[in-house]
Amino acid sequence: MRPGAPLRYGLPLLVFAGLAALLWQGLGRDPKLVPSPLVGRPAPAFALPTVRDPARTVSERDLRGRAALLNVWASWCTACRQEHPFLLRLAREEGVAIYGLNYKDRREDALRWLDRLGDPYVWSAQDRSGRVGIDWGVYGVPETFVLDAQGIIRYKHVGPLDEKVWRERIAPLLAQLGGAAKEAAR
Amino acid sequence: MRALLAVLALLLALGRGAPAAAGAIEPREFPTPEQDALYHELIGELRCLVCQNQNLAESEADLAKDLRDEIAEMVRAGKSREEVIDFLVARYGDFVRYRPPLRRDTWLLWLGPFVLLAAGLAALAVVLRRRQRAAVPAAPDPEALARARAFLGGEAARDGDRAR
Repeated sequence: MRPGAPLRYGLPLLVFAGLAALLWQGLGRDPKLVPSPLVGRPAPAFALPTVRDPARTVSERDLRGRAALLNVWASWCTACRQEHPFLLRLAREEGVAIYGLNYKDRREDALRWLDRLGDPYVWSAQDRSGRVGIDWGVYGVPETFVLDAQGIIRYKHVGPLDEKVWRERIAPLLAQLGGAAKEAAR
Repeated sequence: MRALLAVLALLLALGRGAPAAAGAIEPREFPTPEQDALYHELIGELRCLVCQNQNLAESEADLAKDLRDEIAEMVRAGKSREEVIDFLVARYGDFVRYRPPLRRDTWLLWLGPFVLLAAGLAALAVVLRRRQRAAVPAAPDPEALARARAFLGGEAARDGDRAR
């Protein structure tokens, strides 16, 4: 080996290896997941009628008191249908408080959905125009926010909730925040 | 040289980017031409979250239309460019900006290409200089030169003999 060889062949190889490692790591990421700047901040304010009772107005203050989930859903959203049985299970078996934000949906359609498929929500606020959705940074339904008892957003999941996300991310977080009695007791 | 110019011209053309697709978006009216220009500048520069490789001006996603409504309303209300961008960044993060701000966590993004270019040019300069140095023959050793002359002289004499 000539004296210049380590630099001559080693350096480009090293640069290549570094670049390859960086790009390889990037391949594993989902570009659809945009980190929310709202995590760690108070829930954005809103005042909306509920789907069940348009005369009743709910706001972000009603989310406080205990750790809870806010699930953004719509009857036109197919992934929501996929997620729905899981939400029912969480509400009924795990004792999780789930609030709904019915996003850009018609009231009749939303009601029919809840009556036919079951209603896991404490209440669902109706965001007909999607304006509250913008304040919450919603860009792909379904989305689920984890809120602590003070109404601070602690986590956001984009896409349908499933067993894996629940067990790995949300259940431990809720247990820590004191939101799911059963999980915490376990 | 001509090839280099052609490459540069191509790069320039690509850098200018495709003009925003016209006709995809709903027409809007603003009280002043400045507001109209600001609106179009903003929707050309902000990114749609649903179809992620389009800006708000190009996207036909429902959310993009809602965000255009929102931006138009803010522009009409006299909000500045920064205020509108801050509004969206507060909700969707830096992701909505096609031109992210220069910060500690984005300097690699902004300066990386220039660092790579500088490294490439430096490597090229080193290689060229080395090659140039190799092309200039070193002054020969006088003793070897004398021996070579003697050989050549002898050769010439022998050739002369043979020709005679």
